[in-house]
Amino acid sequence: MGTMFAKIWDRHVVTRRGGDVLLYIDRQLVHEVTSPQAFEGLRLAGRPVRRPGAILAVPDHNVPTTPDRAERIDDRESREQIEALRKNALGAGVTLIDITDPRQGIVHIIGPEAGLVLPGITIVCGDSHTGTLGAFGAIAFGIGTSEVEHVLAAQSLWQKMPRQMRVTVTGALRPLVTPKDVILSVIARIGASGGTGYAIEFAGETVRRMSMEGRMTMCNMTIEAGARFGLISPDEITYAYLKGRPLAPPPGMWEAAVADWKTLPSDPDAKWDREVALDASALEPHVTWGTSPQDALPVGGAVPDPAAQADPGEKDRMRRALEYMGLVPGTRLTDIPVDKVFIGSCTNARIEDLRAAAAVAKGRKVAPGVTALVVPGSGLVKKQAEEEGLDRVFLDAGFQWRLPGCSMCLGMNPDKLKAGERCASTSNRNFEGRQGPGGRTHLMSPPMAAAAAVTGRIADVREVAR
Amino acid sequence: MREKFTFLDTAGVPLDRRNVDTDAIIPARYLKTIKRTGLEEGLFFAWRYDADGRERPDFPLNRPSYRGGRVLVAGENFGCGSSREHAVWALMDFGFRAVIAPSFSDIFHNNCLKNGMLPVTLPAADVQSLIDALLAAPGCRVEVDLPGQTVKGPKGDVHRFSIDPFAKTCLLEGLDEIALTMKSAPEIDRYERERKAATPWLFRDIPG
Repeated sequence: MGTMFAKIWDRHVVTRRGGDVLLYIDRQLVHEVTSPQAFEGLRLAGRPVRRPGAILAVPDHNVPTTPDRAERIDDRESREQIEALRKNALGAGVTLIDITDPRQGIVHIIGPEAGLVLPGITIVCGDSHTGTLGAFGAIAFGIGTSEVEHVLAAQSLWQKMPRQMRVTVTGALRPLVTPKDVILSVIARIGASGGTGYAIEFAGETVRRMSMEGRMTMCNMTIEAGARFGLISPDEITYAYLKGRPLAPPPGMWEAAVADWKTLPSDPDAKWDREVALDASALEPHVTWGTSPQDALPVGGAVPDPAAQADPGEKDRMRRALEYMGLVPGTRLTDIPVDKVFIGSCTNARIEDLRAAAAVAKGRKVAPGVTALVVPGSGLVKKQAEEEGLDRVFLDAGFQWRLPGCSMCLGMNPDKLKAGERCASTSNRNFEGRQGPGGRTHLMSPPMAAAAAVTGRIADVREVAR
Repeated sequence: MREKFTFLDTAGVPLDRRNVDTDAIIPARYLKTIKRTGLEEGLFFAWRYDADGRERPDFPLNRPSYRGGRVLVAGENFGCGSSREHAVWALMDFGFRAVIAPSFSDIFHNNCLKNGMLPVTLPAADVQSLIDALLAAPGCRVEVDLPGQTVKGPKGDVHRFSIDPFAKTCLLEGLDEIALTMKSAPEIDRYERERKAATPWLFRDIPG
């Protein structure tokens, strides 16, 4: 009797070699940053793409989020990288969702929207946040460019079975506490390398009550705990999300597919290499203070003191982080001012995230001196948000309403922090320079980021929205 | 074909930090290339250079005694974060052929092996003693012996490491993994036929 991961794994074994298996890969997503060298490798070796129909390409990392982007991308290298993706997709017969396509957006957001990600499948992308897609009960993982090339050529990858961890979350989340807060607290608990070598299945009543959007936020950040894979067993919420999507099983196949998916969840007697339990009933909104996603604390807390840390390596890491962040131990998190606010990214740019942020922004104003961006994760999210009037809410409050893309998550397009600028961000990484050289990132949920925008500092959204 | 790896006898370069992420190894603005080379300039950019573009003299890669070193010795969770293989390409462009650390992120570890770069995992105490020795006597040497699976430190201390046998063979012989996999094409064909019969909904082409 096995874990869901093991069941899906076993179904995809093509052949074995010692302790490795050749794992069949059902689908691959590609974006412009990690694929050009893979396509070039194929060309140099004279190898074709094995199954072009199993691949979807989209530009997201480099694309500007301003309205004139279809006419002009000022950065020459960005332009060339996007152009290379177009040529590679066309040459290989791979479907491309280009900048002007109404469905364009962040790769991990548009895949589910297309119904491309289904329970029981294996799916990869040259991007560490591919774990997002495990929210559907799939083996989804990020790979390097050499592995992208391998999958293009052979529709399979040599892999070792990872160890199995289950994180069980119980208790009802309090109002304005979100899946982002749950995953930040999980990462703080197990550490940035606590999941290395593992696949993490999220279970428990709290997860069962989450929407697909919330589940994707959880799985998105498993890599920040070191785990390449995050996954959640499929249920009625999953099936309801999928039904009718372009690539979901069509009516004649739907019943058979669902019957199959119902066999996937981990068996009650499945063996786990590690188990973690989290009671979320008293969980508070979380914010990061340092330069690793593990540096998350409840918003009511204060910047920690490295002097209180016994481990010399950790003490040194904390000192370095505080120096980079320009913070002094003991400072209350809610006394930290912000210059920019970014609501977006593959972590938190789905419709539910925008609704939650808009509910806080509504009737309020962005604080003087603060620049706040809202960047929908895809054209479809943008359209839906506009139909619900969320764009008006944000614009009236003084937020900018942008076109879809990775935007200010990673400093590859014009949306960047300047050196020394401090940002309340709904993205996934607070690494040094992640949002631009010298930029300082505080990770938090969409409602928390909206609260930071209207107060001009890190704020407890529960007090702001009261 | 990738570069073969057998032995290294070289200056060791200490980087006494944990959680060195791939954004620190190579910032995103250097990922706009469509090539695998030319990334040396961006390696550890924010740590190597100050805001005015001058070398920071105290950063190990900038210190003359460590120049030319081909083994980097660093803290735990090296290469965490992004999947960018550019991190490995940048390290190799700079001249590194091996990284020694107490632990590596899974994706970075895989990326190393695909490029002929050796990731060596040693116990944290062993790594710290190597770092301390390299900091105390800059320029002293570290030997890495892949066939024998040992690292010899500057004081003659020998540390055994383990490595997956297949990965070892690939490194020693510089094998092209895709060419090897292509020998399994009949198995892939067979698997694909069976999968198509069992789950036909997964074999509808992605519409444009």
